Amino acid sequence: MRRISLTLLLALAFPAFAAAAARDTKLALVAYSTPREAYAQLIPAFQKAAAGNGVSFSQSYGASGEQSRAVAAGLDADVVAFSLAPDITSLVQKHLVPQSWNKDRWHGMVTRSVVVFVVRDGNPKHLRTWSDLLKPGVQIVTPNPFTSGGARWNVMAAYGGALRAGKTPQQAQAFLAQMWKHVVAQPSSAREGLQTFLAGRGDAFLAYENEAIFAQKHGQPVQFLIPKATILIENPIAVTSISQHKQQAQAFVNFLHTKPAQRIFAENGYRPVIKGVTQGLSFPVRPQLFTIKYVGGWAQVENKFFDPNSGIMARIERASGG
Amino acid sequence: MAARAIALPAAPARRPGAPGLAVGISTLYLSAIVLLPLAALGWRAHGWNAITNPQAVAALKLTLMASLVVALVNAAAGTAIAWTLVRDRFIGQSFVNALVDLPFALPTIVAGLTLLALYGPRSPAGADVAFTRWAILLALLFVTVPFVVRTVQPVLLELDTEMEDAAASLGASRLATFRHVIFPNILPAILSGVALAFARAVGEFGAVVLISGNLPFKTEVVSVYVFGRIESGDAGGAAAASVVILAISFGVLLAIGGLRRWAIRHDR
Amino acid sequence: MTGKYTVRFAALGYLAVLLAAPVGYVFWRTFRHGFWPAWHAVTAPDAVHALKVTLILVAIAVPANTVFGVLAALAIVRHRFPGAGVFNAVVDLPLALSPVVVGLALLVLYGRGGWLGGHHIVFALPGMVLATIFVSLPFVVREVVPVLREIGTEQEQAAATLGASALQTFRRVTWPAIRWATAYGIVLTTARALGEFGAVSVVSGRLAGQTESLTLYVQDRYQAFDEVGAYASAVVLALIAVTTLILMTALKPKEGAR
Repeated sequence: MRRISLTLLLALAFPAFAAAAARDTKLALVAYSTPREAYAQLIPAFQKAAAGNGVSFSQSYGASGEQSRAVAAGLDADVVAFSLAPDITSLVQKHLVPQSWNKDRWHGMVTRSVVVFVVRDGNPKHLRTWSDLLKPGVQIVTPNPFTSGGARWNVMAAYGGALRAGKTPQQAQAFLAQMWKHVVAQPSSAREGLQTFLAGRGDAFLAYENEAIFAQKHGQPVQFLIPKATILIENPIAVTSISQHKQQAQAFVNFLHTKPAQRIFAENGYRPVIKGVTQGLSFPVRPQLFTIKYVGGWAQVENKFFDPNSGIMARIERASGG
Repeated sequence: MAARAIALPAAPARRPGAPGLAVGISTLYLSAIVLLPLAALGWRAHGWNAITNPQAVAALKLTLMASLVVALVNAAAGTAIAWTLVRDRFIGQSFVNALVDLPFALPTIVAGLTLLALYGPRSPAGADVAFTRWAILLALLFVTVPFVVRTVQPVLLELDTEMEDAAASLGASRLATFRHVIFPNILPAILSGVALAFARAVGEFGAVVLISGNLPFKTEVVSVYVFGRIESGDAGGAAAASVVILAISFGVLLAIGGLRRWAIRHDR
Repeated sequence: MTGKYTVRFAALGYLAVLLAAPVGYVFWRTFRHGFWPAWHAVTAPDAVHALKVTLILVAIAVPANTVFGVLAALAIVRHRFPGAGVFNAVVDLPLALSPVVVGLALLVLYGRGGWLGGHHIVFALPGMVLATIFVSLPFVVREVVPVLREIGTEQEQAAATLGASALQTFRRVTWPAIRWATAYGIVLTTARALGEFGAVSVVSGRLAGQTESLTLYVQDRYQAFDEVGAYASAVVLALIAVTTLILMTALKPKEGAR
């Protein structure tokens, strides 16, 4: 008799236990700095949904590379969302993110953007293409690709743009070296880059569309245009392998790919990874858009271009003044 | 209170407890707080190419030169400011005194932003030094203002004016009094402040990074270069570079310490 | 007489260009839209929490470095132990490291896989405290050492001859002489601890509402183009530094009481 009632008790109690367990779930989100305001809307939206019922969050926002290194050094994380894939693959190498992180239908990406030119009011120097940037006297501002991982998007956009214009890889590299001679400031981050440009330096600032839109939303006098050939920026997200709440974390990541969530991202300036959420918003598709695969994929590009000792950009930087 | 007084008969034997305690505790603290992390960092140093390549060497040279210049400017300016705050009387003096520590308390981003706004392309005074080596000096001078001022001030306050009065009554000019009476007594303090200013200038990142433009070989300081190494996944190289920077700074600090000892001995 | 005015105007001119203008600019940007926007910015919950975190860091780092500073100064000047010169130089060394490298060193030591890893030191308050102590270490030492040298040992020796214990000698003879220097050292240490950004940023983990100090908060606001929020928080830090100075100055011995 006692055993049966015990079982009955447990059976009745179990849903309550399960609910209590869910109520205790705290997910640690470690993200880069720009989507902070987007997540401020997304997290409450998730918590209202069934999957997110009773889930609370701790949030950490900072520069993408710095956040990635923090997780590698022991910062607790259930979900990591960074600005570019290499910041996730470095965690894969340390067995903190599963190798299968990008094997889902969105290839591990949650938002997109494109590299743009931020120009002066009215674009007085008529800078529209990558070759325009090499016109005599044109001054470029771009974050340093070594101090700002995100700035690598800029370099690969320029390189890919040269390839699209018909250059060979050799010529495209020479194009990069030429372009670098026009760089008059290399701020250490994208935010500082915009500050530098708004303070009056340079004719063109290489930026990411979502950050330019964000700046506009916050009252900054930013004018930008999308060059015909530009790279598709893809921002990755993953559930960590050290997560104690993999189910709920995955539920959150899945939620971020639903229409309402992607709409929120779109309203914050990001290009969505699914269709049908951009009504009323302007995200022009440029004819010569390409992805990182077109220029070799991150694994190859990281080594070939951005190895601090032997990479092409390291050599270009060294040649720029030595 | 002047250091040069009548020699006393031999001092009684020191009680061993107290000095041992001071040395012991402070050494333990210093080791735990400073040496241990530095050792861990040094352990990770790997890849000396990070500091021997031309770009790194240029950044290091630029930083050391700028830091020495800034330290020297501070020696003069800091002494003058400390003098004005201690020996002078004018309206608003306490306000000026309060200003002196602010470069420390302000986050370095704010320092960078204000210097860029005031002394950059949109400078209201038309003084645009941004993205040049002058910008580096400006930013470093800003963050090192408090050092020499605050090390000289307490010494000036403690300095007995008897000697100066004696010199003046003997007919010495103000300049001669300064050179022969006051200066030797504040030189050790100046050098203390100079050491601090030098060290801080070498390690400064936030105030310089925005206004300098970080152009390799031209305006890239070594702290930005090292940050680039960390961000590119070369923590070992960054650690190696840091070890070299520390070694050089250590050498300079030892030299300044030696200079201070020479100044004290020479003075007797 | 002109010498005095030359020095005064040179000093004040230098400070006007280098210091007063930037500080004035900060205040202008803070109050540009009036007092209330600035007030709302600094009383926002995240700002208040960040201020609390900063005050905790200061409350631990400053006393620790002050005690260390006085002991170390005594050790260096009064007790010539082997290695005093090296010790003296090491004291300044923390400054020569850029903040990012300081953070890296602390992560390497206390982070995952480090010699002292796995004890919840980094990405929590203890790590931030260690970083703050590290970068503000030298100031009390540097202030007190020159004064200790300047005053010489005669009075202390006299006190010892008269039978005073080490502690009595310190309290009655040494301390009154170094009080001013220690006060300035405390002011500098506090200001430096308040304004520290880089190292704390790396070791804090930037957990919103938990491990964000006020300087990190300033950066957040800057990142979000919240100009008033960023500058107003900077003003709070500046005001705390000034308050510390005022407090220390208020402990000033009366004129001629020495």
